[in-house]
Amino acid sequence: MSGNKSLPAHFSRRRLLKTTAAASAMLAMPGIVGGARAAALKVAAIYTVPVEQQWVSRIHKAANAAVERGDIEYVFSESTSNNDYERVMREYSEAGHDLIIGEVFAVEDAARQVAMDYPDQAFLMGSSFKPQDDTPNFAVFDNYIQDASYLSGIIAGAMTENANIGMVGGFPIPEVNRLMHAFMAGVKEMKPDATFQVAFIGSWFDPPKAKETAFAQIDAGADLLYAERFGVSDAAKERGILSVGNVIDTQADYPETVVASALWHFEPTLDTAITKVKEGSFKAEDYGIYSFMKYGGCSLAPLGTFEGKVPDEAMKLVAEREAAIKDGSFVVEINDEEPKSS
Amino acid sequence: MEAFEILLNASFWVAAIRIASPLIFATMGELISERAGVLNLGIEGIMTVGAFVGWFTVYAGGGLWFGVCAAALAGAAFGLLHGFLTVPLGLSQHVTGIGITLLATSLTYFSYRLLLPEVTSPPKIEAFAPFAIPVLSDIPLIGPALFAQTPLTYLAFITVGIVAWGLYRTPAGLAVRVVGENPAAVEAQGISVTLIRMAAVATGSALMAIGGAFLTMSAFNSFFFEMINGRGWICIALVVFGSWRPGKALLGAILFAAFDAYQIRLQQVAGDLVPYQVFLMLPYILSILALIAVARRATYPKALMIPYQKGER
Repeated sequence: MSGNKSLPAHFSRRRLLKTTAAASAMLAMPGIVGGARAAALKVAAIYTVPVEQQWVSRIHKAANAAVERGDIEYVFSESTSNNDYERVMREYSEAGHDLIIGEVFAVEDAARQVAMDYPDQAFLMGSSFKPQDDTPNFAVFDNYIQDASYLSGIIAGAMTENANIGMVGGFPIPEVNRLMHAFMAGVKEMKPDATFQVAFIGSWFDPPKAKETAFAQIDAGADLLYAERFGVSDAAKERGILSVGNVIDTQADYPETVVASALWHFEPTLDTAITKVKEGSFKAEDYGIYSFMKYGGCSLAPLGTFEGKVPDEAMKLVAEREAAIKDGSFVVEINDEEPKSS
Repeated sequence: MEAFEILLNASFWVAAIRIASPLIFATMGELISERAGVLNLGIEGIMTVGAFVGWFTVYAGGGLWFGVCAAALAGAAFGLLHGFLTVPLGLSQHVTGIGITLLATSLTYFSYRLLLPEVTSPPKIEAFAPFAIPVLSDIPLIGPALFAQTPLTYLAFITVGIVAWGLYRTPAGLAVRVVGENPAAVEAQGISVTLIRMAAVATGSALMAIGGAFLTMSAFNSFFFEMINGRGWICIALVVFGSWRPGKALLGAILFAAFDAYQIRLQQVAGDLVPYQVFLMLPYILSILALIAVARRATYPKALMIPYQKGER
């Protein structure tokens, strides 16, 4: 890449063209092309929600990072309804994309059928199920970020004064449940007798309702909220209490109230898949582990505005447990059951 | 009993009125439209448009009230489309309404993507802040609920007053009511049925859009896809519940919102005993029961959903 500077000025203008064009332009440069592996992988993503949604935004971010590196060409469809999902999958398969990523929580059977019909393509799908033998080209992933949720729980436990925590979720699906349980386990490290108010709003996109539910929990004594949905942190901010973020870092929007966030990094999952497809070793596997902390799939967001405000005792435990999680001597329990109020 | 104590808590009533506010706007909008004889199933989509336009106007630098006006105008535009298709052309009001909802919703999402192609999470605006009316807001229980809300909530209540007064105390209101009962009689007076119906649908749609804007400019401060989440359909039922009368419809909206605010709080008290889905269903079940009790005696506008063709017998 050192040749970049010596290139004529129009190269920088060319970079403004579509990323795909830019990627192929870079491939044409001497020195990079080295065997078949250098060809950018064609990746397509199919999302059932807009790319703004927290969960999908992490996948989108990782894919764009891979595009930046020149590893892949990337196209995506957002807000694809579940009853249209199979058709879009087939279209991308037909168009010859090497790797197709997405989320098939609600269209598991149809998606696996597509994978069977296109055995030469690799499918990496968010799923609540496990890899199966009849679809050797269909790998699954999910945001197993319980390690980070657990650590954020330790901080929450140290920060809550009346040991009463409100949690608002969309639906009690495994992905949501396991993070809530890990968070609660973290809280109990600091406040063993903490009580939790758990509520589900029956929708992924109703921030006003999530906010109302959070208000109700604050009225019932909660002084710290676990923000699984948009809207919860807003309620916390309005009432001047703390909240803990999930999947994305929202502290920039709520500098006074978001004390910690458990972040999901999709990069290890995607990059592993890209490497395996290029090597030709992609097979039906559970990529869930690449969201674990020891693979760099999740992390605790920097304390930021709360630097120095969290008790040392808690931060010491966080550092201790983080090291233990990474070296494998401590394992955060994965519990997919629906959490209940206590 | 904890479950009963919730009702004595001022914050419960504050929440009930807050949840009711967008419903009040949209219910009044649907009511005007139906009183003129036009069912408007475009409500869900028009609320989406209002939510987006109001929020985006403010995000783009407009004032809050300017945003409300922009939302109302956008709503009225879709109302005119619905009116044009159903009044002069006399198309099926059901089919057209559903079509308007689909069109309005999709157009909103499309515009959103065009205007904000590269965002990680939707930007936030400085929304309407609660404004406590001095003295009145100090009354126990009722005070905070009715007099410590955002200006848009006050506007919702004022709207009910204006709609009731307008429908029953003005010549225009009389024309709207008669056009929904016996359009030929209006035509005989030399008044255009088409004009009255179009105006009623457009005005009603403007109110629906303000209801949607309430969600992004008062209840919350940002726009999300699908955030209307069926509130429009509730308003269709509330009009029936209110027997096409503004006062009773207002009561219905507050009742539904109170059920909703109640179930959220009950979930915290008894959430370990009953599955959460039951609580989420509660407001709808209670509303259906109330609907059965109240709406059986309701007299609907006689010309509702019947297109008027001049000179036809």
